[in-house]
Amino acid sequence: MQSLIELRNITKAFEDNVVLDDFNLKVNKNEFITLLGPSGCGKTTTLRIVGGFESADRGQVLFEGKDITDLPPNKRNINTVFQKYALFPHMSVGGNIAFGLKIAGKSDAYIRDKVKYALKLVNLEGYQNRKIDSLSGGQQQRIAMARAIVNEPKVLLLDEPLGALDLKLRQDMQYELIRLKNELGITFIYVTHDQEEALTMSDKVVVMNGGYIQQMGTPEEIYNEPENAFVADFIGDSNILDGTMIEDYLVEICGKKFKCIDDGFGKNKPVDVVIRPEDLIIGKPGEGKLDGEVIHNVFIGVYYEMEIRAGGYDWLVQNTKSCPVGAEVSLDVTPENIQIMHKPTSKEEEAIEIDV
Amino acid sequence: MYKKYFAFPYVFWILCGTIIPIGMIFYYGFTDRSGMFTTANVLAILEPVHRKALGMSLLLSLISTLICLLTAFPLALILKGSRLGRKGFMVFIFVLPMWMNFLLRTMAWQVILEKGGIFNTMLSYLHLPQFQLINTPAAIVLGMVYDFLPFMVLPIYNVLMKIDGNIIEAAYDLGAGRGKVFSSVVLPLSVPGIVSGVTMVFVPSLTTFVISNILGGGKIYLIGNIIEQEFTTSANWNLGSGLSLVMMLFIVISMAILRVLDSKGEGNFI
Repeated sequence: MQSLIELRNITKAFEDNVVLDDFNLKVNKNEFITLLGPSGCGKTTTLRIVGGFESADRGQVLFEGKDITDLPPNKRNINTVFQKYALFPHMSVGGNIAFGLKIAGKSDAYIRDKVKYALKLVNLEGYQNRKIDSLSGGQQQRIAMARAIVNEPKVLLLDEPLGALDLKLRQDMQYELIRLKNELGITFIYVTHDQEEALTMSDKVVVMNGGYIQQMGTPEEIYNEPENAFVADFIGDSNILDGTMIEDYLVEICGKKFKCIDDGFGKNKPVDVVIRPEDLIIGKPGEGKLDGEVIHNVFIGVYYEMEIRAGGYDWLVQNTKSCPVGAEVSLDVTPENIQIMHKPTSKEEEAIEIDV
Repeated sequence: MYKKYFAFPYVFWILCGTIIPIGMIFYYGFTDRSGMFTTANVLAILEPVHRKALGMSLLLSLISTLICLLTAFPLALILKGSRLGRKGFMVFIFVLPMWMNFLLRTMAWQVILEKGGIFNTMLSYLHLPQFQLINTPAAIVLGMVYDFLPFMVLPIYNVLMKIDGNIIEAAYDLGAGRGKVFSSVVLPLSVPGIVSGVTMVFVPSLTTFVISNILGGGKIYLIGNIIEQEFTTSANWNLGSGLSLVMMLFIVISMAILRVLDSKGEGNFI
């Protein structure tokens, strides 16, 4: 199947700082793909190269199989929702939304209908004549969305569009975005550093760091089977420990042997082990594999977050049952909740590249 | 509690620097030498000599404002676009002449343009015909443009620098070409800068008498020259004040026009 957008061997450096290094990515039609990573990982640069605002030092950008590497942004069938909305302050809401349509030379009646439709889509009916600076951040965000989608682009680029909104609004907008994507059938390329946002909305998540793709997969795959310590650490809370793979299906952590479900790592090989805090089972002393003592306990809301010192490691544990600080407990974990990862041996390996 | 007495120096300043002088101008403008009320001083603007001087002032200051605008805008765009490291330096170079004495700069032009001056020496060196530029309206316009150009460049440059790069990218993103981005985004957003630049060039150009004195050789009378002479040579403060009031009226009118333009630029749709 031909992908809608393909980035081939993209390399980009600002001065001496290499932001993207031989970067490859394919985006399929109707996909909601999220580029996720800490700031400076190259995700925004990737987006800007797709949008045409930045040119790559090396490599190609393909759109439906055609090379668009040197095409300016106004010639691309791609629209962008900018981080700070970038609405035209000297135009009304309607003027903003109509901007692209007017340039495309659409008729007045068509434009009027389209503006109305777009405002309805983002739940701001009747806002045509409002001034931009009279709108709240969330409303401006919606207008920026409307201004982009009204042109019926094949691809919509979103650069941390929810970054400036408060938590409640952000959650509402997340559902709104999913709804829009399903209603419109547009491909979304979304950039964020918020892992929760990425997991909630995406069909596919691309975790990036240092200009390399660390892992690419569905939100479930990324969360449940992180491929390296970076992904595990970046996505959600986790306990990342040094371990030794004794043999297939058996790993040693903190001097105790645990059954696991991974194989193919060889015998007596050092590995990284990830155990999610909610997967740790708290028992009475002696019940589990490791005995320990609760040294911290904070109520987060849905659960208690505890730190339990056991086997020479401070485990992060999340549980709906609370254990008081100082209590003697034991910890255990079921085999399927132990995630084994290779230890990185080089920078190249640290940034594992995958072809899909 | 607010310490209101901190405002006293400013009240004093406004009183002595603004209210009293304007009051005196009004008093002299509407009285004759014996202190009786009269409108003759103001209506004196209708005399052919004064009318001609005012017309010339308006014409030359409009021309120089226009030249400044057409020069400054592209320049400000270039300054905005040039690379960051050099940006501050280029602006600095442009503002540098402002640090020199205004009279000195104008007199330098006199030396350049006068009959045996640098300009004509260079022309004759190149075997080109001599060119009489000093003591013409063109020389005065040149002086105005040279003296006031930085006042046009700076506000436009400032307002251009404040335009969010994302807004311009958004316009490209929505399909606009270079020309369209300029006409429908950059230009409307720089109106406040243009307005303040125009004000800062037009008003001093309209009221100047130094530039026309030095580069006009006393042959071209602007309204500023007439007022100056009434206050100095003729010692007729009443007539000078009356004409000043007329000039103030023209400035107020031009400011009002600019203000309408600015508010239009702030919010318009389809």
